Amino acid sequence: MRDMSLTVQEGEFCAIVGPTGCGKSTTLGMITGLNPPSTGTVRVFGKEVTGIDPRIGFVFQADAVFPWKNVIDNVSLGPIYRGMDKELAKEKAAEWIRRVGLAGFEYHYPHQLSGGMRKRVALAQTFINEPKILLMDEPFSALDVQTRALMQEELLGLWSEKKASVVFVTHDIEEALALADRVVVLSKGPAIVKSSYEIPLSRPRHILEARHTPEFMDLSKRIWTDLKDEVTI
Amino acid sequence: MSNTLQNNLSAAEAETIKKIKFRNKLIFILRIALAVGTLSIWEAAVRFKFLDPFFFSQPSAIVDQLIVWLTEGTSQGPLMYELLITLEETVLGFLIGSVLGIVFGVVLGRNKLAADVFSIYIKMANAIPRVVLGSIFIIIFGLGMWSKVALAVVMVFFVVFGNAFQGVIEADRNLIANAYILGATKRQVTYTVVIPSALSWILASLHVSFGFALVGAVVGEFLGSRHGIGLLIATAQGSFNAAGVFAAMIVLAVVALGAEYLLTLLENKLLKWRPAQFVEQGHG
Repeated sequence: MRDMSLTVQEGEFCAIVGPTGCGKSTTLGMITGLNPPSTGTVRVFGKEVTGIDPRIGFVFQADAVFPWKNVIDNVSLGPIYRGMDKELAKEKAAEWIRRVGLAGFEYHYPHQLSGGMRKRVALAQTFINEPKILLMDEPFSALDVQTRALMQEELLGLWSEKKASVVFVTHDIEEALALADRVVVLSKGPAIVKSSYEIPLSRPRHILEARHTPEFMDLSKRIWTDLKDEVTI
Repeated sequence: MSNTLQNNLSAAEAETIKKIKFRNKLIFILRIALAVGTLSIWEAAVRFKFLDPFFFSQPSAIVDQLIVWLTEGTSQGPLMYELLITLEETVLGFLIGSVLGIVFGVVLGRNKLAADVFSIYIKMANAIPRVVLGSIFIIIFGLGMWSKVALAVVMVFFVVFGNAFQGVIEADRNLIANAYILGATKRQVTYTVVIPSALSWILASLHVSFGFALVGAVVGEFLGSRHGIGLLIATAQGSFNAAGVFAAMIVLAVVALGAEYLLTLLENKLLKWRPAQFVEQGHG
């Protein structure tokens, strides 16, 4: 990865699409401070990243909920790690569990839930920390199409309440278009920003309807063409 | 219409439950039959002079020996007392060895530098046949209980250490990254992510290592002691009393089975978050 420069505005929902192995996940890792760049710097709110920033939330591609903790313990983990009183953290967690639509499943263990429900737990776990920057690494790629559409709606709903800056990595162009204010296309390694599209769709969005507007189809086609150049050898 | 469907379903369910019950009963009966069959063949072989009871003893003689031990006591004292001594040594060795193994495993697993420095020595120590250390311990700690405890500790430590270390190393990277992002410190990650995920490894090793602790205690008593089941075996061996050796073995087997049962209870309690294990049809 070389000379990659990308700026995300505050409160912006930015989606990144790109060919596999171009460094999308690496980018996110650098923003979190989990894997620091070998040379160069990443700045968050104008400050260089040196460790893990508490204002960042991260939703992983794989299941990253803790299998030995039930739903409420999973969700209340963030505040507890950050020193909140256990009772208070649980109350707050119960509130977030209700918001992601899992009320009644507080004392279930992750293995008793479906993939989509586990993703909801992961969302609640992240949102409870009220991150200013939300990084998502293909969070819905393991879900089936219907669940994915539901989760996208859910995510937009949660996001519109708090308006965090979002960097959403995906390989699904339609998903990127449906969710984001701006879609950034990366080129194959060494990754550079190939093109960037503002998405003119209005908010609040109804994803299913938005998919069928002419703007949506036109943009989808243009991004496809961009990506095709990168994927074909 | 739906009623007949309901009835069909519950009939099918009842049928399946009946099959499972029958299978469980069959297993129980076959187990008993195998034990009775083996023991009868053994007894018959001795009675009909195919086997020499001097070497192989016979089930009835072993039972007689056990009854004598239980009612009149052994040459060293009451059987219960001897058993308690051995149990005390085993349990103490098991506890100390497991705790040390878990602590070292977790600390080294979480600290790359320490792991790189210590690993070569631990491998070396692990390569020594540990039973020979028993002699050293008898010299150091004398004929009392502590030499046996020390041997049991050494037997247990390496098994538990190896598993705890491996369990820590294999903790899911994603879960650890998630915990850090949620705001955990390194210490919190160790306690809330690494140790719980290493727990299934550690518990698996405890099953094996209780047996090892028992071996350590008994071998220690063998090498030199005043009390215990190991001494009972050594005495029986010295007087060519094969029934005595077998009877002591049975006592040890009962102890090991009881411990296994308790450990399984503990495991089920601690790992209740795990999904039900997949059971292969026909092999479960």
